[in-house]
Amino acid sequence: MDADTVDPAAPSNANPEVLVSVTNVKKHFPIMKGVFRRQVGAVRAVDGVSFDIYRGETLGLVGESGSGKSTTGRVILQLDEATEGSVTFEDKELTETKGEDLRKLRPRMQMIFQNPHASLNPRMTVGTIIAEPLKEHKKSKGDERQRRVAELLSLVGLEPKHANRYPHEFSGGQRQRIGIARAIALSPDFIVCDEPIAALDVSIQAQVVNLLEDLQDVLGLTYLFISHDLSMVRHIADRVAVMYLGKIMELADVDDLYNDPKHPYTQALLSAVPVPDPEVEAARRHVILEGDIPSPANPPPGCVFNTRCPIAQDRCIAEVPEWRELGTDHWVACHFAK
Amino acid sequence: MSETEKVLQVTDLWTQFNTQDGMVHAVNGVSFDLNKGEFLGIVGESGSGKSVTMMSLLRLIPMPPGEIVGGEAIFEDRDLLTLDIDELKRVRGGKIGFIFQDPMTSPNPVLTIGRQIEESLALHTDTPAKELSSRAAGLLELVGIPDAEQRLKGYPHELSGGMRQRVMIAIALACDPQLLIADEPTTALDVTIQAQIIKIVRDLRDELGTAVIWITHDLGVVAGLVDRVLVMYGGEIVEEALVGELYAKPQHPYTAGLLGSLPRLDQKGQELINIKGQPASLYAKPTSCTFAPRCEYAYDLCRNENPELTKISETHAVACWWDMENDRPRYGR
Repeated sequence: MDADTVDPAAPSNANPEVLVSVTNVKKHFPIMKGVFRRQVGAVRAVDGVSFDIYRGETLGLVGESGSGKSTTGRVILQLDEATEGSVTFEDKELTETKGEDLRKLRPRMQMIFQNPHASLNPRMTVGTIIAEPLKEHKKSKGDERQRRVAELLSLVGLEPKHANRYPHEFSGGQRQRIGIARAIALSPDFIVCDEPIAALDVSIQAQVVNLLEDLQDVLGLTYLFISHDLSMVRHIADRVAVMYLGKIMELADVDDLYNDPKHPYTQALLSAVPVPDPEVEAARRHVILEGDIPSPANPPPGCVFNTRCPIAQDRCIAEVPEWRELGTDHWVACHFAK
Repeated sequence: MSETEKVLQVTDLWTQFNTQDGMVHAVNGVSFDLNKGEFLGIVGESGSGKSVTMMSLLRLIPMPPGEIVGGEAIFEDRDLLTLDIDELKRVRGGKIGFIFQDPMTSPNPVLTIGRQIEESLALHTDTPAKELSSRAAGLLELVGIPDAEQRLKGYPHELSGGMRQRVMIAIALACDPQLLIADEPTTALDVTIQAQIIKIVRDLRDELGTAVIWITHDLGVVAGLVDRVLVMYGGEIVEEALVGELYAKPQHPYTAGLLGSLPRLDQKGQELINIKGQPASLYAKPTSCTFAPRCEYAYDLCRNENPELTKISETHAVACWWDMENDRPRYGR
């Protein structure tokens, strides 16, 4: 059976409420060539992914560059239109929601971007930046709006007086706090955090992650936490999905995934992450993957990981592995995973 | 350290940049040395002065606005900081090899890979012209690039980031350097590619006995890689120790905080320590401990006098007034 047609990981035990459901989503960017701009191929950035995000959880989405994790986040928020597949938010089909209807849903789904230097308008004061979503969605005005801005600034660990300053007066970590204040201004349910700490210094990363965790507790937020930092994802996520070349290779509860990775890619990925402890490092066995990630414009047939997989067989080139459940809520796309 | 042979001895290095916003004191009295064949890690966040220190040694900082105000860097009995510029050029890329952070910009895009390696060989070694190309192919094989002969004719853009970084390593190794300086060589790469590069550099060190300085912000990467670590903050070395000691018993509150703020792959439910505040501003010459504003142990002395890097054992030195382990002033005041 083709992995694309299989239903996503449905919870088998308790019944956590599904907030966002992604089913067989594909995003192909066309490659145009020649005078007539004819399409000659497609970059299969996301090539059939399915998963649910439960209310109140943090789903970690990890992968190397080019794996399609950011595009997945953007497609969920309808910032990029899906080529195929469905995204539902509280049972509303987002891919068919357009215009004003979609705009009305926007306050409930927000995004925190990677680069706090590029994602804040340098000509606007911090107060205006944070007030913009409030103004756009007519949530409050005048003094009330100013009070809300002050409240948001305190929530993210800045001071209300900072509202009159400009982004360049702040350090990277503080700017990321401003971006977070803007994202939570409209009291969203769901936030896509796209590599929110990748551009920050190590000592500042912990500050921002702790802030995100505190806000989740206070405001009951649901996060899709996109990151290439597997150590940080272990810290913050409840469940983790591992992407490679536009597909999800494995999806499991965070402890299951890190303690007992089933997919050879996950195993290699985890073993490549250094642990900041010389004794542990000396005792660890590192699986070194050969080669590079293939181009998403021309992915390998069968299992997309077969070109680098240490246990690949002929079957892996011939057949796309089935997306199957191994143990409770532990999903994997590999013929040979046990 | 003991009487082992030194490759490099840096003493009291000061570098500053005269910018529009004022004088930036990037490196403030840095001293360290490196033994033959040693693998040294320099760890610090952005603005800690780790890269500028290394660039200053080879006078690769733009001057002006940069200026090396003082210090000495002895490499093979000569001071790199006062060496004649033509002499220095022979050292750069010859006896001292360099690998930079960004493999997307560091190889020259308009020259073939073969040409770039051969150039380095022709400039720094007495390899006969006829053998240049076979030597270059040999180097590519050494760093694990398949089809070396073919690759020599190719251009950098045909290669992925990991492959380009291998080419840069091949160029750096072309002249059999005494010392290899790697400035965040894996920061721009994915973890699986980082693991490949780390393995290559480690194997080469074991094979060739080259001393390596590995500059990074990632305490994880150096843990399993280097022999000794220098931790930099605000343009100064705040702690220096053998790698095992540093991770097991960090003596500087900054090192301890940094280790505590790192999530670990092998641990769950760990509380991440917040180092409060922002990294040090470099606009003033340090007159007190630069970490004091962020330090939970700071007391009056810390705000008035800058502690010097002082040995607390044969293999461990720290620049801090407070003895965290015994919870008392380290020097009785």
